[in-house]
Amino acid sequence: MEIERFLFEIIPYILEGIPVTLQLTIYSFALGLILGALLAAARVLARGPLSVISRVYIEFFRGTPLLVQIFFVYFGLPAIGIKLDAFTASVLAIGFNSAAYQAEIIRAAIKGIPEEQFLSAESLGMTTGQMYRFIVFPQAIRIATPALVNEFVALVKYTSLASIIGVAELFRKAEYMVAFTFRPEIYLFAAAIYLAICIPTSQLSKILEAKYAIPGYRRALV
Amino acid sequence: MSDVLLTVRDLRAGYNDTEVLKGVSLTANRGEKIVIVGPSGSGKSTLLKCIPLLIKPWAGEIILEGTIVTHEPDNLRKIRSKIGFVFQQYTLFPHMTLLRNVALPLEISKGIQRREAEQKALSVLTRLGLGGLASKYPLELSGGQQQRGAIARALAIDPVLLLLDEPTSALDPELRYEVVETLYEIAKEGRSMMIVTHEIDFAEAAADRVVFIDDGIIVEEGDARQVLEHPKKDRTERFLRRLRAGMRK
Ligand SMILES: Nc1ncnc2c1ncn2[C@@H]1O[C@H](COP(=O)(O)OP(=O)(O)O)[C@@H](O)[C@H]1O
Ligand SMILES: [Mg+2]
Repeated sequence: MEIERFLFEIIPYILEGIPVTLQLTIYSFALGLILGALLAAARVLARGPLSVISRVYIEFFRGTPLLVQIFFVYFGLPAIGIKLDAFTASVLAIGFNSAAYQAEIIRAAIKGIPEEQFLSAESLGMTTGQMYRFIVFPQAIRIATPALVNEFVALVKYTSLASIIGVAELFRKAEYMVAFTFRPEIYLFAAAIYLAICIPTSQLSKILEAKYAIPGYRRALV
Repeated sequence: MSDVLLTVRDLRAGYNDTEVLKGVSLTANRGEKIVIVGPSGSGKSTLLKCIPLLIKPWAGEIILEGTIVTHEPDNLRKIRSKIGFVFQQYTLFPHMTLLRNVALPLEISKGIQRREAEQKALSVLTRLGLGGLASKYPLELSGGQQQRGAIARALAIDPVLLLLDEPTSALDPELRYEVVETLYEIAKEGRSMMIVTHEIDFAEAAADRVVFIDDGIIVEEGDARQVLEHPKKDRTERFLRRLRAGMRK
């Protein structure tokens, strides 16, 4: 393969997949965060059916393969009249899946807040809503930041599964080029791009942590 | 005329199936300073938490200023904001500065505007010698300063009753002094308070009444000096003897 062809055809073609990969990641992460926060709230606050539903949801999505979930949304939902394009189906499936993990991250963060914080808020006359808005949620999100960034980085990689139902993201494009040129080293190039996205994102965690950390929190832990 | 502030009548409470408070009755007059002592696990914290209904009692009544707290869930929040509560630790909110910690309850439950609330917060902090630390976050402070900050927050809402649950127990001995000093100051101001503590010196010097709880019942209560120096019950005497021996170590 001539170097020009690699530089001017194959690379640009694969790079076009980056925005798609990033969109998949960002949309599904956002969906997962919103749904995950609701699921966590249901598990922590609600009793009865809502808590059970949330629990079953989390167990189901963490206990079955993401690939199966993607197939279910893309090929299964049309059977009941919901037809989605491959991109939307992927965002929904990955987002639903991530919600289960993010719910557990947020729940663990809430559980890590001492009971006295809840009792103090109540004893000061706050409503449950005010307690979550002013006291619990701001602390939970700070405690959860590193784990949420980890989840985001994991999603960058998991979005490659969307290639299987034909979303033209990074890996799908690389695969296509390999099939076209019989040059498997293109996979290495794709892997390098994933690395180039994931490493700085992980570093971002440190910046976010420093920015949002509860002052003195680290020192208090040592 | 004795002006009754709080009546606790035949209070029963517990967790899951375990009964912790087995019928506690207690009266507190306005301005009275009551010290509660008793072995660990005897139900002291549970009793304190029942008063603003942070724990729902199984049976019995709590009456504050004539209002049956246990029967009026509608204005429960209003009743709660008349009671100050200081825990052993973690009372302050770590993600807010000391100033915000003190001002927020004024804004939320008293409906005071932010500027005014912060001014008031600063004056309370200054009064307790914490004015210079107003912009610090709780975890940047020493344990003693945190407890004093928690007391400042509780005082800022001008409570009719101040409840303190072992405010010095989580502190290193050398940090307890400053908190006890603060307690003395508040006691002098004549505020009604109920405090669980094993600071016997403070109880002797500042308490009007001492209540000894063991195994979920009030074993003995009475004038502070009398209970501490001439307890009537053997259980009280044994407990105090062990407590004093432990403190000398
Ligand atoms: N949240 C809780 N859940 C279950 N049991 C509890 C809880 N809090 C306290 N207890 C139990 O209730 C009893 C009394 O506790 P507590 O009121 O904290 O005693 P004290 O403050 O006198 O040490 C203890 O046996 C304790 O283990
Ligand atoms: Mg206790």
